[in-house]
Amino acid sequence: MDLSYGEAAEAFRKDVQGFLGSHWQPGDRRGGALKDFIRDFRRQAIDRGYLYRSVPRRYGGSEQPVDVIRAQVIREEFGRARAPMEVGGNGVNMTVPTLLERGTEEQRELFIRKTIEGDYIWGQGYSEPGSGSDLASVRTRAELSADGAKWIVNGQKIWTSQGMQSTHMFMLVRTEPDAAKHDGITYLLMDLDQPGVTRRPIRQMTGEGGAHTFCEFFFDNAEAPVGWQVGERGQGWYVSRTTLKHERASIGSADGLGSQFAKLVDLARETGRIDDPLVRDRLAEIEGRVLSHRYTSFRLFSCAAAGDDAGPVQLMMKLLLTEIGHDIALLAQDLIGEHALVEPEGSGGRGPRGPRGPNKWLDQIMGSLGNSIAGGASNIQRNIIGERGLGLPRDLAMGGEK
Amino acid sequence: MRFHLSSEQVAIQDAVRGTLSDCWGVERLHALADGDADFDAASWQAMMTLGLGGLALAESDGGAGLGLLEAALVCEVAGGAAAPGPLIGQIIAALAVARCTDPRTRGLLAGIASGETVVTLALDGALVQCARSAHLFLCDDGAGGLHLAQAGEGVAIEPVTATDRSRPVSRVTFAAPAVYPLFAAGHPMVQRLRDAALVLIAADCLGGAQHCTDLSVDYAKTREQFGQPIGRFQGLKHQLAQMALEVEPARALVWYAAYAWDAELPDSSRAAAMAKAHLCEVYTRTTRAAIAAHGGIGYTWEYGLNYWFRRSVLNRAWLGSPAQHRARAARLAGW
Repeated sequence: MDLSYGEAAEAFRKDVQGFLGSHWQPGDRRGGALKDFIRDFRRQAIDRGYLYRSVPRRYGGSEQPVDVIRAQVIREEFGRARAPMEVGGNGVNMTVPTLLERGTEEQRELFIRKTIEGDYIWGQGYSEPGSGSDLASVRTRAELSADGAKWIVNGQKIWTSQGMQSTHMFMLVRTEPDAAKHDGITYLLMDLDQPGVTRRPIRQMTGEGGAHTFCEFFFDNAEAPVGWQVGERGQGWYVSRTTLKHERASIGSADGLGSQFAKLVDLARETGRIDDPLVRDRLAEIEGRVLSHRYTSFRLFSCAAAGDDAGPVQLMMKLLLTEIGHDIALLAQDLIGEHALVEPEGSGGRGPRGPRGPNKWLDQIMGSLGNSIAGGASNIQRNIIGERGLGLPRDLAMGGEK
Repeated sequence: MRFHLSSEQVAIQDAVRGTLSDCWGVERLHALADGDADFDAASWQAMMTLGLGGLALAESDGGAGLGLLEAALVCEVAGGAAAPGPLIGQIIAALAVARCTDPRTRGLLAGIASGETVVTLALDGALVQCARSAHLFLCDDGAGGLHLAQAGEGVAIEPVTATDRSRPVSRVTFAAPAVYPLFAAGHPMVQRLRDAALVLIAADCLGGAQHCTDLSVDYAKTREQFGQPIGRFQGLKHQLAQMALEVEPARALVWYAAYAWDAELPDSSRAAAMAKAHLCEVYTRTTRAAIAAHGGIGYTWEYGLNYWFRRSVLNRAWLGSPAQHRARAARLAGW
């Protein structure tokens, strides 16, 4: 075992540091000037091969060979310098990889550059009021127009993050109502700026509403060109299962968890509870899990760098992170005591954020509940671990799932 | 950057697993449990022939030149098989003697490395594993240091009915036995050896917890109720997933603690405490969950799951409870 990245990586780190030192100098720019500066900075970082490494140059990426160690060094150094990385969001994480894998040349030309430059923001059109964990039961219908040039969409999608900002949506729609459940779905891209689309924010339990929350979408004869269908008609379910593993292994979530735990220890200090043996015991118990997660992320990273399969443990990381988040929330709630009775200033988007005391932990305490649901609910994660990881027989009700 | 097992390390585990599956199993555990012995010479001989006693010794000392990490991998397999004998004591003693400068003590090295001389740990408390079969006891010297006490005169051994049937304990009292010096109080090796033992106990827990999980998963695939394998039912499926979620990520905690010890990292003592505390909790929860997952058969003597449960009881109490090690970890973090 060896946790150093090696000499070549350290030499590369020097290059990245040099680049950041000379190019990431935002000074006191603000507003539009800052935005322009960042856009320009990202272009130069792409030229150097630091961002959008899996995206070909002809679509605006830097087209670099897969190298998880270099990718990690880049993340570390950009993080240290607080320099902006890729624009992130569903577009970069889901639309772009899906188009690279399954899209047409025309779709790639049309969408990838605009997405990675942040001009197009993508909402996910998967869940529906009647289709949560049983996603393949989607009922939003799409039918071809009489001339066969357009898909006409009717139905409803829900739980769309960044929905109020989204310019476009990638969605699963039912196009073959008579086909078997999984074989009647088409993967479609849609421009959301049209009369047939209505969106409405859903206020979250945190109180957050308005622009910062998830949304529901209503489609009333909304349209998408036939050329915006990704993959074959009726094969959308399988297109949505496309996952790209390109440099996905990172230690990022472990770093985030580690700093959250460090803040929890700080909280115990600030609230004068750090000498309480009960608090110390709970902190150390939680840290056992935090470190298990951290070192396992090293393990996954190491396997990815060597091209080895890490096995079932990769299926566990989301649930592990979620459960540790609950542990942290529960201890934080005890530590802040009466402070938990008053919501922090400006929470829920109600006016500007004021000074935030220990009650700022309410964000994490409530947010940890969201992690049990978003991106595959915890019981679904347990099914995945049990069935794909341990090889247990599939639930009969889900026998048709693929 | 390398933080997963090499093919050589996997091969070491396979070799130990293969050897133990030839000479050790539930039938042999029953025989040991129903007999009077606290040791099984045949399986000990088989393990020692693989060179496990000297695994972590330098090649110049007749060892394999490997580290505590490899020793932990071996102890993981031994824990999975509930292997008998004071394997952890033997490995710790080899590490101790190899780093000792006293010529008389160093003379013991060849016998310890070959396994001919059996050494058990007698640190903290009077209940000592495999005491009736040990030739040497690695123990406190009464002044904060460590020495090896020779079995025989000055060592009184009173057998007890031991809870852990794979490594039965006896009550041992020392009254001026013949000793070989190791390290005086304040020598860094005094703490280092304790830390190494904690890591190896954590590794034994890992192997045991993995075994209990595997056994439960296999059972859930074959046992049928309501006309189908019980592993299809979500209630049990989620319990089994939870067991795997406890065990598999904890593996890296053991690796890190062993790696930190080998590399003498500043946090190695804390990492050992964390690994011991966390893995003992995991082992306790996993053995309990495994018995529950099996139903009636899990509660029988014959099926044998209880041997792992009993082993988890010993590991948890050995060299400090999880809570004690969490308190230590808190101190070492400067909280």
